[in-house]
Amino acid sequence: MKLDPTEEQQMIQAMAREFAETAIRPIAAEIDREGRFPHETVKRMGELGLMGIAIPEDWGGSGADTLAYVLALEEIAKACGSHAAIMSVNNSLYCDPVYRFGTDTQRERLLKPAATGHALGCFALTEPQAGSDARNQQTLAARDGDHYVLNGRKQFVTNGREASFALVFCATDRAKAHHGITAFVVEKGTPGFRVPRTEDKLGIRASDTAELMFEDCRVPAANRLGEEGMGLKIALATLDGGRIGIAAQAVGLAAGALERAVAYARERTSFGVAIGQHQMVQWMLADMATATDGARLLTLRAAGLKDQGRPYRTAAAMAKLFAAETAMRVTTDAVQIHGGYGFIKEYEVERYFRDAKITQIYEGTSQIQKLVIARAVLGGTE
Amino acid sequence: MRILVAVKQVPDTATQVKVSADPRVIDTTGITWIISPYDEFAVEEALRIKEKRGQGEVVAVSLGPERVKEALRACLAMGCDRAIHLNDPAWSDADTLVTAKALAAVVRQEAPQLLLCGRQAIDDDMGAVAAQLAELLGWPCAYWVMEEAIDADTKTVRAARQVEGGLEVFDLPLPAVLTAQKGLNEPRYPTLRGIMGAKKKEIRDVKAADLGWAPEPPQLSVVTLEALPPRPPGRIIQGDVPTAVKELVRSLREEAKAI
Repeated sequence: MKLDPTEEQQMIQAMAREFAETAIRPIAAEIDREGRFPHETVKRMGELGLMGIAIPEDWGGSGADTLAYVLALEEIAKACGSHAAIMSVNNSLYCDPVYRFGTDTQRERLLKPAATGHALGCFALTEPQAGSDARNQQTLAARDGDHYVLNGRKQFVTNGREASFALVFCATDRAKAHHGITAFVVEKGTPGFRVPRTEDKLGIRASDTAELMFEDCRVPAANRLGEEGMGLKIALATLDGGRIGIAAQAVGLAAGALERAVAYARERTSFGVAIGQHQMVQWMLADMATATDGARLLTLRAAGLKDQGRPYRTAAAMAKLFAAETAMRVTTDAVQIHGGYGFIKEYEVERYFRDAKITQIYEGTSQIQKLVIARAVLGGTE
Repeated sequence: MRILVAVKQVPDTATQVKVSADPRVIDTTGITWIISPYDEFAVEEALRIKEKRGQGEVVAVSLGPERVKEALRACLAMGCDRAIHLNDPAWSDADTLVTAKALAAVVRQEAPQLLLCGRQAIDDDMGAVAAQLAELLGWPCAYWVMEEAIDADTKTVRAARQVEGGLEVFDLPLPAVLTAQKGLNEPRYPTLRGIMGAKKKEIRDVKAADLGWAPEPPQLSVVTLEALPPRPPGRIIQGDVPTAVKELVRSLREEAKAI
């Protein structure tokens, strides 16, 4: 079993680390405080090829693989959870499905601008009444000649305000229930499509989480991704890949918080010694380091399986579950090690703690991951 | 226009360098290797010259063991067209002059119009190779360059070098040697495409025999390396202010001999 990344993967990781340290980390606290979308750094991430990492070069991507993607994403998340969320959604939840399920004509028009980083994509599945219960789609798309007319409301859409392309899931045939769900790419500026509001959030505050509204919005049939009725399959397959990205984000948040905690444990003294000399703190750091590494290995395994074209649904769910729970626990302990200073905004661990929480919720809650894993354990198939 | 950039692979600036069991060399276990930062400015400048002119070729060259390929691959990822690796045990104890002579032989083969280097490598801080190269080649040379402009017909380069309080500007006939100072530019990050494309570019291995090299012993040899003595801890002077100030002045005068 080989665990060493290739030379290219290492170079991509090193580039992402350096970019994150010098360009992202210095602004992370400010954009979090102001809830400001980081246009400038996201544009540079596009130029560097970080927004379409595993998409082939022919379609505007970087032609690397999922392993390179998770290595780079971890480095970005180590500096800023918001940047990682923006990057993860564009790569995993928009570019990946449009590449996998799109025709060449659609790839040219709807994928290239997002894979090159000139435009952003988003993924609109959740509705006010349909979160974990994704089958319960109330947004309707009715066929009208060579168009579909969309009506409904999508919620909690990451990149929703900034995106030029929204991958939207709608019911096209209520009678067929979840076999009647269809995916569309809706372009920004389409009449009847608007973004009425964005959310004020606990964490990842610099990424925009928006509500999308469709009112008699006419979308060309040419923007339908896959066949009618394939929507839920596309959504679930996309989320399998997306979970690898969120796992990488969670690993990055844990690793970032751990780094800060280690630095603090070396600096801060109590009872005449650095607090890292106290066994209670050592035990916390040992547990944090072990869990973070475990989460990283699970994430790399899931990415490796995806790259090899092998089934990865369960591996991705395990990686996402373990990494998200680890991120929450490690960031909590990082705050604890900082004591009172961990509770104030001057120290970065306070932000990591808030950013970590969402990894247990979006792209399938920890409870949904357990459902997926339990089905596999009990003898379901992938 | 062909530009040659000479780079050196050095330990990362964050590395805590340790002397090895053989006191003439450092312990390389666990070291992360990077392109010496001043050399990175040189690479960046070469790429900018090529991009500005819309044509040309940038060739990275380095002397050192097998690991140096990583540094050359990083140059290719940044955008260099190809690379040359002087890779032979004959050069394992090369001093600056041996290095310069080997590089000069490659420069003669490649016949570039411009040779760019960093102003010094950040490991042993000798800053000698570029000057020695210029001397061996009979080319003009400007160190610590902050700005450069090559004329339209590629006959001369105007180079502004950093001096105390300002810039000193020279016109040098080409071919010439320039060394990069911090401030010349801001090196780019390699793009993912650049990284993925780097393995398709050539790194040519050059052995001593390929240059008709007669083994030559170095004229400089390291006798021993010594770690810096640990810094003595600081001292907090106690007491009320007038007494403490007196004690501070006395210590600075009598112990530190600073005033």
